[in-house]
Amino acid sequence: MNKTRRRKALSGFVVFLCGAAVVLALIPLFLVFGYVISKGFSSLNWDFFTKLPKPVGEKGGGMANAMLGTAYLILIAGVFAIPVGVVAGVYLSEYGKKSFGSLVRFTADVLNGVPSIVIGIFAYGLAVLPVKHFSALAGGLALGFMMIPIITRTTEELLNLVPGSLREGALALGATRARAAFSVMVPAALPGIMTGILVALARIAGETAPLLFTAFNNRFMTTSLLQPISSLPVQVYTYAVSPYDDWHRQAWAGALVLVGFVFVFSVLARVVTRRLERMHRT
Amino acid sequence: MTETMVSQMQTKAGSPPPPAEPSSAPPAAGPSMAGRKIRMESKKLNFNYGPKQALWDISLQIPEKTTTAFIGPSGCGKSTFLRCLNRMNDIIPDTLVDGDILLDGNDIYAAGTDIVDLRRRVGMVFQKSNPFPKSIQENVAYGLKINGMAPRSEIPERVEKALRRAALWDEVKDRLDTSAMGLSGGQQQRLCIARAVAVEPEVLLMDEPCSALDPIATTKVEELIHELQRDFTIVIVTHNMQQAARVSEFTAFFMLGRLVEHDKTEKLFTNPGQKITEDYITGRFG
Amino acid sequence: MKTPSRRRSADDRGFRLGTGFFALLVVLLVAGIFFELYRTSTLSLQKFGFRFWTGKTWDPVAGEFGAFPFIWGTLYSSILAMVISTPIALGIAIFLSELSPRRLRTPLAFLTELLAAVPSIVYGLWGIFVLVPIVRSFQIATPEWMKKIPLFSGPPLGVGMLSAGLILAVMVIPFTSSVAREVLKAVPSTQREAAYALGATRWEAILAALRFGRTGIIGAVILGFGRAVGETMAVTMVIGNNPQVSASLYAPQYSMAAVIANEFTEAADNLYLSALIEIGLVLFIITVIVNACSRLLIWSVTREVKAKAPKPVATMAFAAPTGGGQ
Repeated sequence: MNKTRRRKALSGFVVFLCGAAVVLALIPLFLVFGYVISKGFSSLNWDFFTKLPKPVGEKGGGMANAMLGTAYLILIAGVFAIPVGVVAGVYLSEYGKKSFGSLVRFTADVLNGVPSIVIGIFAYGLAVLPVKHFSALAGGLALGFMMIPIITRTTEELLNLVPGSLREGALALGATRARAAFSVMVPAALPGIMTGILVALARIAGETAPLLFTAFNNRFMTTSLLQPISSLPVQVYTYAVSPYDDWHRQAWAGALVLVGFVFVFSVLARVVTRRLERMHRT
Repeated sequence: MTETMVSQMQTKAGSPPPPAEPSSAPPAAGPSMAGRKIRMESKKLNFNYGPKQALWDISLQIPEKTTTAFIGPSGCGKSTFLRCLNRMNDIIPDTLVDGDILLDGNDIYAAGTDIVDLRRRVGMVFQKSNPFPKSIQENVAYGLKINGMAPRSEIPERVEKALRRAALWDEVKDRLDTSAMGLSGGQQQRLCIARAVAVEPEVLLMDEPCSALDPIATTKVEELIHELQRDFTIVIVTHNMQQAARVSEFTAFFMLGRLVEHDKTEKLFTNPGQKITEDYITGRFG
Repeated sequence: MKTPSRRRSADDRGFRLGTGFFALLVVLLVAGIFFELYRTSTLSLQKFGFRFWTGKTWDPVAGEFGAFPFIWGTLYSSILAMVISTPIALGIAIFLSELSPRRLRTPLAFLTELLAAVPSIVYGLWGIFVLVPIVRSFQIATPEWMKKIPLFSGPPLGVGMLSAGLILAVMVIPFTSSVAREVLKAVPSTQREAAYALGATRWEAILAALRFGRTGIIGAVILGFGRAVGETMAVTMVIGNNPQVSASLYAPQYSMAAVIANEFTEAADNLYLSALIEIGLVLFIITVIVNACSRLLIWSVTREVKAKAPKPVATMAFAAPTGGGQ
């Protein structure tokens, strides 16, 4: 009987440890969010959202160009990454059972794990080196390359959830394979696919490393593809490692905007997934 | 499973098992089709799933504007053969077809056949209803739109016509824009029938359409079939012999991938030509 | 004589080729990254060869390119991060998949997801202004006798290996725990049920599940390691950016990703740039290998579940020694 009591005690202890692990992990979460909100909130003002950065050392100014820059960059990234990712995902769900499909799936997972700075070097070699200057295009390329594997995998997984009987039903009505895929299967999986895209966009919006030597930075507002462009993460970085207090203050504000963006998208993703599950259950 | 059936038959019926070799006796001659127009015909059709042969030398004729039933124990090949009629088996990798299937005299497996058009002309309703997660209207209109069969303005009219044909119009006319997924099982199946007839097929293939439905819904669908066969040629696969007897004019009995007997339903069920048929019908196996 | 024939429509082929092309792009992308990195680092590869990775002095201005400090720093910080984070991550995974009451599960899972979604730069910012001062005060408070040990030697700067390891641990925890959760989800419930049926305690039943999925769990940990290796911004903001090799947790050091981030735009000549790209190439190869291995390990568990039937009860060898219960 003693043995049993000891075993039960051990079990209880381990359960306690696991709960403690959860609490331990939540501490930095609350600390990070707490500091970002408290330090950043006070610096969020109208100027921050509308003004351009002031010259080095001067107080004031804002990150309007950086925020627009981030929006612009994810737009460029999305324009090529979304079609490539979705269609590749369609291929994997329609024909992916063979060895080529496994290869694609494997490389997509591997690509997911490649450090973003390496992708930045790749985009640098592709789009900066030949023309010898930084550009929004190069930055968008780097971010897009990062999006592709995420979108491919989520699209494939969601399409696999759609019952094959829908495809058969469409084919039996005289649809071509392509028609069946794009007018029945993809729309059926669309809410989930959109969530995957939004999550991917949110992830790359916060990326700094791949932009450091592709899109670089720009003190002014620009919408040119071929000019360097500023972005929120890079701006936050530049300000954070500078010696100026006012810039530190603005860095916290920028971080708050980033975190807010991430939070909204996470919530959105969960809501859509929940809605999806309910729909498929009817 | 087929082995067990064979030995069961040996012990129960006392008659020799049907030949399992390809070089078997030819199937019993089909019923006389004098005076009937033949819609579809198969000539010595053989079918393989990869290395495994599933159908041997199926030859039969399907007359128009009536119902032909395919019956037989599970795994006998009736669904496989049905799916050959609209080349649905093409989407399964590594399948092989030998022999001919003719639609109005033209071989549907000939090189250069327009499969898309074939599938419009030979429609299919599946065992488990599979409406698209779209509105009722969009479901029925789907086939019309992709085949470019009607201008935008005509579509609501055609949708109504199809829904009336499927005896569903009165139940859904007020909620055409709601999701099809909100309908009951029986309604969903009738929606699939409406969707299939909307494209005005010549032949309608039905693969055990009632097996997932309750008795009331089943009766409704069987009544539908009676109505539909005035305009369409219907082929129905069913494991329910009473249903075959109620619904069809001709019946084909399949077993182990072969066509054992094909005759007028009345004759097949009251005075079958083959002993095996009689054994199946009287419930000695399967 | 039977002649088998196969007919497939042209439209099907076109669709397959068309979508297949896009799928091929994914593969080409990875191959492209490798070739591009190789091509642009040949200058450095040819000039230095293997000496590049054994040299301990990195002084590009003086023409010295020894990259050993970066490998050292990357491995040290990543292993440190894994040591700290793995028990916590596994604890979370176990809690969320086995122990937590249903009500708590969704909000807790959401919070862990949130942790994973916070951008690296935000962690870095928090690291500079919050974590580093805390670490510095710990360093100042270290008793003298501890400071004699090489592991804790050096001036209390705050920035250094310890800060880097801590912040990496925080960033990797949600990642490892979510992959481990997936693995645990894939373990069939029959494993745990069999254990309970034999009179196992909660923890023993969990052990049974862990044992079934152990290759996958190892894969999850390795995946987390791969993530730590490639992490850039948070690391470069708290590690001190000093290309020295030191065993001390307190010493400011450098990592492969960090040096690239810091010095890429400063690289004045082609050789310097090529050297940095070579570091990137090796970083790429390391993460690809680590990722490939871990994916294979994880895949072996999730696939095994589909192929195998549940193990017979008799093989539940985990059972406690039969001293007490009969």
